[in-house]
Amino acid sequence: MLKRVLVLLLVLTLVFAGFTGCAPQPAPTEPTPQPTPTEPTKPVLSFGMVTDVGGLGDQSFNDSAWAGLQKAGTELSVEPKVLQSTKQDEYVPNLGSLAGTVDLSVAVGFLFEDAMKTAADQYGDKKFGAIDISTDLAKANVMQVNFKEHEGSFLVGVIAGMTTKSNVVGFVGGMDFPLIQRFQVGFEAGVASVNPKAKVLVNYTGAFDNPDKGKEVALTQFQQKADVIFHASGACGIGVIQAADEKGFWAIGVDQDQAAVSKNNKVLCSMIKRVDVGTYTIAKAYADNTFKGGVVELGLKEEGVGYSDGGNNLTPELKEAAEKYKTAIIEGKVVVPVTIDDMKAFKPVEIK
Amino acid sequence: MWTILSILFMATIRSATPLIFSALGGTFSEKSGVVNIGLDGMMTVGAFSAVLLSYKTGSPWLGLLGAAVAGGLFGLLLAFLSVNFKANQTVVGVAINILAAGLTTFLLVGIWGKPGQTPNVEYFQPWGPFNIFTYIAIALVGISYFVLYKTPFGLRVRAVGEHPAAADTLGIDVYKMRYICVIISGILAGLGGASLSIGSISLFKEGMVAGRGFIALAAMIFGKWHPIGAALACLFFGFADALQTISMTLGLKLPKEFLYALPYILTMLAVSGLIGKAVAPAADGVPYEKGKR
Repeated sequence: MLKRVLVLLLVLTLVFAGFTGCAPQPAPTEPTPQPTPTEPTKPVLSFGMVTDVGGLGDQSFNDSAWAGLQKAGTELSVEPKVLQSTKQDEYVPNLGSLAGTVDLSVAVGFLFEDAMKTAADQYGDKKFGAIDISTDLAKANVMQVNFKEHEGSFLVGVIAGMTTKSNVVGFVGGMDFPLIQRFQVGFEAGVASVNPKAKVLVNYTGAFDNPDKGKEVALTQFQQKADVIFHASGACGIGVIQAADEKGFWAIGVDQDQAAVSKNNKVLCSMIKRVDVGTYTIAKAYADNTFKGGVVELGLKEEGVGYSDGGNNLTPELKEAAEKYKTAIIEGKVVVPVTIDDMKAFKPVEIK
Repeated sequence: MWTILSILFMATIRSATPLIFSALGGTFSEKSGVVNIGLDGMMTVGAFSAVLLSYKTGSPWLGLLGAAVAGGLFGLLLAFLSVNFKANQTVVGVAINILAAGLTTFLLVGIWGKPGQTPNVEYFQPWGPFNIFTYIAIALVGISYFVLYKTPFGLRVRAVGEHPAAADTLGIDVYKMRYICVIISGILAGLGGASLSIGSISLFKEGMVAGRGFIALAAMIFGKWHPIGAALACLFFGFADALQTISMTLGLKLPKEFLYALPYILTMLAVSGLIGKAVAPAADGVPYEKGKR
């Protein structure tokens, strides 16, 4: 009897452990390709995208990228396709199978770098779009769109520098690498431009998916008198914003308008990154036959980055100052540093 | 200087809180002679159940209860397999960790329809500088010490862990004692998990326990299987964590990679026995068979 129970238990354990490997995957939404009315003069357009692990419904990166493609799709009356990735191992097969069915495949997120290289070589006759892959892949059939995060971060830095009462502001980064350092130096430069006395505390959590670490870091910065904290740390930011709710300091969101994340409306503003503008730009270039390989950078001028005030917390003076600096950056009067070395050489420019 | 010390102190206590629960849990289990490698998995199910209950009912208190029950059930599983069936305790513990990770991931998708993380739920707002879990943890250190060293029950637990055959001849039910201790261990680890998911923050995320169960295990060994020693060891690991957080803002010129690795390096040092000799209960990890000489 006992043996039987043991066997039963072992089988159960195995069955449960098996679930780890095969969490039910959302059936890949493959909208039936609409028969596009083909006119003999025009080539048939077809495009689609592969999501990263966040998937559609993340209210962030992927949703935004999809919105851009849908917009292009409506304008061109093409139904874009989407393939969702639930694991990183699926990037290569997903991108490959999409490229097998459509002409232009767009992938979002810097983790697609290797998959993109593989697919671009394998499907040399197809076109690819990539968002956020910062290394130049130098492939004739890959159009890469990156963002000038430093410019958007500069503007929220201006807002933070003017808002702080303690003259201490904080920056919480995810992993410490050049893409995230752009947020840091842009922010530091913005703060320095309007409030040279203010000190910027910089911390990296070492992860993008650890909210309690984000909260811990934010609490530590708060105890060091920081009263405005900007995060560029993915899901760690949930912890940063929660700390702001508890302690009453201001948090600044990233990528999307994050006002809704805060219960007590403690998100001062958000530095937004228009991924939708990115995917739209790629689809548009493809449709207009202006598609070419290489890196395109979208900054304030192209409306690829900016700031948003979803919580209605920005005073008219703050908005005015941010707009002034926005114009100055677009006109080239202020050159926002990109790397930590640039920041060392940065001289604040006063804008009247 | 004073501010820095106070920041360091608070951050240390906050990081140590989940560890203290699990290290105390480990102490109970191993004092009775059952090695509990499954602490990490018990923390995971605790963290998950706390969020699930708080999500369904809107009450973090029920979340707390749910975490204790779920942790206790996993303790029961460990006890059943390692006491009744005399399975290898290390293997069962590892199986529990895998089971916990798989089960929570599966239920996460099943309940919220999306892998990764749950939405925000009601949680324990901090009372004063810390949240309620910290106060419970401190109280539990005292209670555990009292129970293990000042009550007849504690004497029996220790006897069963040192020499089960001798305890048996004196009429102590070895199996019962071990069952009780392993279940207590699961309950405490479950609470430790809850202190992360509805104490530190307000959601469950895959992998959020991040090896803390193993760090707690190391703290228990470092603390020489004594509740107070284990708690002090947890504070030490919490300190390493806090140091990592704060040294960056203080601009200490240490490589970041080293700072990220610091808590784990200390864990390895502690477990490898570099710091003092640690003696486990004599019958720790040895299944007891009645009537065997």
